[in-house]
Amino acid sequence: MNQEIFEKIKGIIVEQLDVDADSVAPESNFITDFDADSLDTVELIMAFEEEFDIDIPDEEAEKITTVGEAVEVIDSSTKAS
Amino acid sequence: MANSSLHRVVITGLGAITPIGNTLEEYWEGLMAGRNGIDLITAFDASEHACRIGGEVKGFDPYEFISKKEAKRMDRFSQFAVAASKQAIADAGLEINDSNAPDIGVMIGTGVGGLKVLEDQQTIYLDKGPSRCSPFMIPMMIGNMAAGLTAIHTGAQGPNSCTVTACAAGSNAVGEGFRLVQRGYAKVMISGGTEAAITPLSYAGFASARALSRRNDDPKHACRPFDKDRDGFVMGEGAGILILEELDHAIARGAKIYGEIVGYGMTCDAYHMTAPTPEGTGATRAIELALKDAGLAPNEVNYVNAHGTSTPANDITETKAIKRALGDQAYKILVSSTKSMTGHLLGGSGGIEAVATAMAIANDRVPPTINLETPQEGCDLDYVPNESRAHKVEVALSNSFGFGGHNVTLAFKKYRPE
Repeated sequence: MNQEIFEKIKGIIVEQLDVDADSVAPESNFITDFDADSLDTVELIMAFEEEFDIDIPDEEAEKITTVGEAVEVIDSSTKAS
Repeated sequence: MANSSLHRVVITGLGAITPIGNTLEEYWEGLMAGRNGIDLITAFDASEHACRIGGEVKGFDPYEFISKKEAKRMDRFSQFAVAASKQAIADAGLEINDSNAPDIGVMIGTGVGGLKVLEDQQTIYLDKGPSRCSPFMIPMMIGNMAAGLTAIHTGAQGPNSCTVTACAAGSNAVGEGFRLVQRGYAKVMISGGTEAAITPLSYAGFASARALSRRNDDPKHACRPFDKDRDGFVMGEGAGILILEELDHAIARGAKIYGEIVGYGMTCDAYHMTAPTPEGTGATRAIELALKDAGLAPNEVNYVNAHGTSTPANDITETKAIKRALGDQAYKILVSSTKSMTGHLLGGSGGIEAVATAMAIANDRVPPTINLETPQEGCDLDYVPNESRAHKVEVALSNSFGFGGHNVTLAFKKYRPE
């Protein structure tokens, strides 16, 4: 897992969802662990897109349920572009 | 369940977030002291604006009432409403639980809703395109969300709606809440008004309409209702919320009672988008209807909390309306504009002014009209200039008038068991 991306999105997750930095792990699930709803998830994906200057298509975004999955999607998107 | 007989409706709790205080106690103490809440605005860089002054809420901490995550998804107008509602519920000692939640409703008015979020998102849209607009923009912006969020954060599951009648919205909300309790559709209504419209676009629009004071070099004297040197209204922000409760319900739980709401009058000028009729005929009828609704005669009125915006048009026509509706009694009563201290909260004004009127009834004290130095010719009533006054208040009225020609008068009465 790309540690640099992980650290960056950890900051975004902490800010947007108001959770403890220590509680953010690769296996953390946005919905079950962080109580995020559908609007939160959309907002998070948008923040990731903004931060990394990438475009995450909806069909990719829908598959993201954990922090680690988000890191993977961002990692492959940044490499692709 | 609607009941064919009408219930008495009493006020059992009050909450206020205002430019002169963020609790009921601070607000009332400010009104009694003639505290001035107007200053240069700090919410945005207003250097290019024709009007650069306003009554901002100072030191408001939303996290006192709402978690950080929740507060972030609320426009300021909703934060004010939820905060003032929580204050009012606490003041009323009202506990909302599974068994009574369906009988407790919310009616909160606003003039413009979430302008701030709309303006911020429009900028993002122009800079970065549609895909960067927040998924929270629409739910944050829509005017009914203050009422919706107040229900979410208090658990009130009863009748819930929102009045959007510009500067009459708060009074309409109190009136509609009163009706719902009076007719048995709810035992309790959390009712009032909220606004947070100190934003660049709002100031641009109101200034272009020539509605705002331009006394930027002397903000403390800019809002001067009924004074001959007034030159427009000064925007304020905040929320005022009342707990309106069916009398028997209030008595059964031993609630304290500030006063009773007894009448609600509502008319429209059907004349002009922003200007009142020159003779204040629509406002006159609103006052008359509120009295009729309450079964009160003009000579029973002791105090009128005026709309009193400090615009050239309002203060003259409102004075005419009070005189037409109350006749000789108009010269025997006190009339004051608390906007002289708070500024004009648009849809929030009816809320905080209903709070002020309830406190006047409960305390037999009338707030002043500050900055009243030389009364406008034709404005010849006792406007309680500059100093609050001890005064027996058995019956009081509160007026609110809005763009669109909306006229609303609420009638309040001291509570007497009968």
